[in-house]
Amino acid sequence: MIRVENLTKTFDQFTAVNDITFQVDSGEIFAFLGPNGAGKTTTIKMLTTLLRPTAGRIQLDGFDPWVKQREARQRFGIVFQDPSLDNEQTAYENMELHGVLYHIPHRVRGERIEQLLRLFELWERRNDYVKTFSGGMKRRLEIARGFLHTPKILFLDEPTLGLDPQSRNQLWTHVKALNAKEKTTVFLTTHYMDEADRVAHRIAIMDHGAIVAIGTSAELRARTNTDSLEGAFLALTGTSLRDEAASSTDAIRRFAQMWQQKR
Amino acid sequence: MGAIYIMWLREVKRYFRSRAQVVVSLGQPTLYLLALGFGFGPVFAKAGAGNYLQFIAPGVIGMTVLFSSIFSGMAMLWDRQFGFLKETLVAPVPRLNIILGRTLGGATVASLQGFLMLIVCLIAGFRPVHAHAAGTPGSHNWLAVPIAAIFIGMIAIVFAALGASVGSTIKDMQGFQVLMNFLVMPIFFLSGALYPLKNLPKVLSWITHGDPLTYGIDGLRGVLIGSWQFSFKWQFNFMLDLCLLLALAAIFLSTSAWLFSRIEV
Ligand SMILES: Nc1ncnc2c1ncn2[C@@H]1O[C@H](COP(=O)(O)OP(=O)(O)OP(=O)(O)O)[C@@H](O)[C@H]1O
Ligand SMILES: [Mg+2]
Repeated sequence: MIRVENLTKTFDQFTAVNDITFQVDSGEIFAFLGPNGAGKTTTIKMLTTLLRPTAGRIQLDGFDPWVKQREARQRFGIVFQDPSLDNEQTAYENMELHGVLYHIPHRVRGERIEQLLRLFELWERRNDYVKTFSGGMKRRLEIARGFLHTPKILFLDEPTLGLDPQSRNQLWTHVKALNAKEKTTVFLTTHYMDEADRVAHRIAIMDHGAIVAIGTSAELRARTNTDSLEGAFLALTGTSLRDEAASSTDAIRRFAQMWQQKR
Repeated sequence: MGAIYIMWLREVKRYFRSRAQVVVSLGQPTLYLLALGFGFGPVFAKAGAGNYLQFIAPGVIGMTVLFSSIFSGMAMLWDRQFGFLKETLVAPVPRLNIILGRTLGGATVASLQGFLMLIVCLIAGFRPVHAHAAGTPGSHNWLAVPIAAIFIGMIAIVFAALGASVGSTIKDMQGFQVLMNFLVMPIFFLSGALYPLKNLPKVLSWITHGDPLTYGIDGLRGVLIGSWQFSFKWQFNFMLDLCLLLALAAIFLSTSAWLFSRIEV
């Protein structure tokens, strides 16, 4: 369902994603794990037509998203790591706008929106502006929106960021149900090892832009001789903090940008 | 089609929901109209140039439309910062439709603002008239209002598209400030909104001819107080103004579509 070959993304001098190759099968739940700055979000952006790869090839359900953009876009849904709602519209209007953009026929649109808003316990608040929502409610709305057009592939970039344990639990239940019922392929990233362990069929561990291991949770544990996914993760990626390196390159990059704009 | 409509609707809804802002954004043009209209009125009259309030009213209507439309395009900056832009970038519709919907929505809102400003002008004493020799106002000409709407709409589309091009390019507030000072204000002050373009110094005259708003203001003023047949109030003429604005609209719309299609986040 997702095929990635030798995918690379370079920002100026910095290589964020370095020659990665992997495949996700139809109906699979695939987790991408990695420390901060590993390149997970950058990979998702390239898969979802938001960022042009420096090199490499991508296929989503047989379509190259950079050649057959519309076909590819119709096939995936995405929950971004950062917010992407229209704060000045109501929850219902946000869903409605999404439904129109994804060509959901008028007859079924209202029904599906109601179904999803009820599922994520937002129906009572449907006519409230999104700007009045709590962080968790916004997150739930984004997830509901990602489900709306019944995508074949669902990208979830840290979907549980900022959710309480109840909502997290609920979200994964819905994702698993959707995956079982509609055979939706799910590509997710998370920093919670227990979530990946629980829902993912296969896991890829990424570090410094490269994939260091791929396999089931059991395989990764066996390979590293550890008894938990967290142990395997730390064995594969080390225990030092990545933010330092990332943020100093970030600072330089930002400085360079400012400098360029000034001139 | 659906995408164009829903993006258009979003702009229009936002307008009707922020009534306070509607009023506030009419404040500045109203100040120009009253302070300058009545302030410079006597000087203008003494110079034998006619009634300044009559002269400046089309100018401040154009000003209202200019600011409203160009800011609607630049509002993309907010959508970028609050993240909503991404939602429209990955949608399975041509990005052309997204930007068209946004731009037409912004232009609709700007036109509505222009009409409100026209009403403010009427309250202040402005009247659309047939022109007579030497610029003295003749009989009222209410028929001019619907024709003026064409120019209001064209100014709105041209600058909403220009704003969208800018909004697709700049990424932060500093860029916005810079553009505000080096693009929007010059467009306004060099357009003939506030003063006649006749007998200007050569260089200034060339610059004003390069300002898109010049043709919008000329069209508005010509229609509202110059009447068609009397070309003396027109700097240019109806057809030239209209054709230039149409051409500019086409150019800016294509530019914004091209820039928008290249956005990466
Ligand atoms: N637009 C950009 N320009 C330059 N560098 C970038 C840009 N976007 C991301 N990077 C860099 O690429 C690297 C990978 O970033 P990415 O967002 O993919 O990490 P991530 O794995 O999603 O991390 P996190 O877990 O913190 O979300 C980081 O070092 C980041 O600083
Ligand atoms: Mg990320």
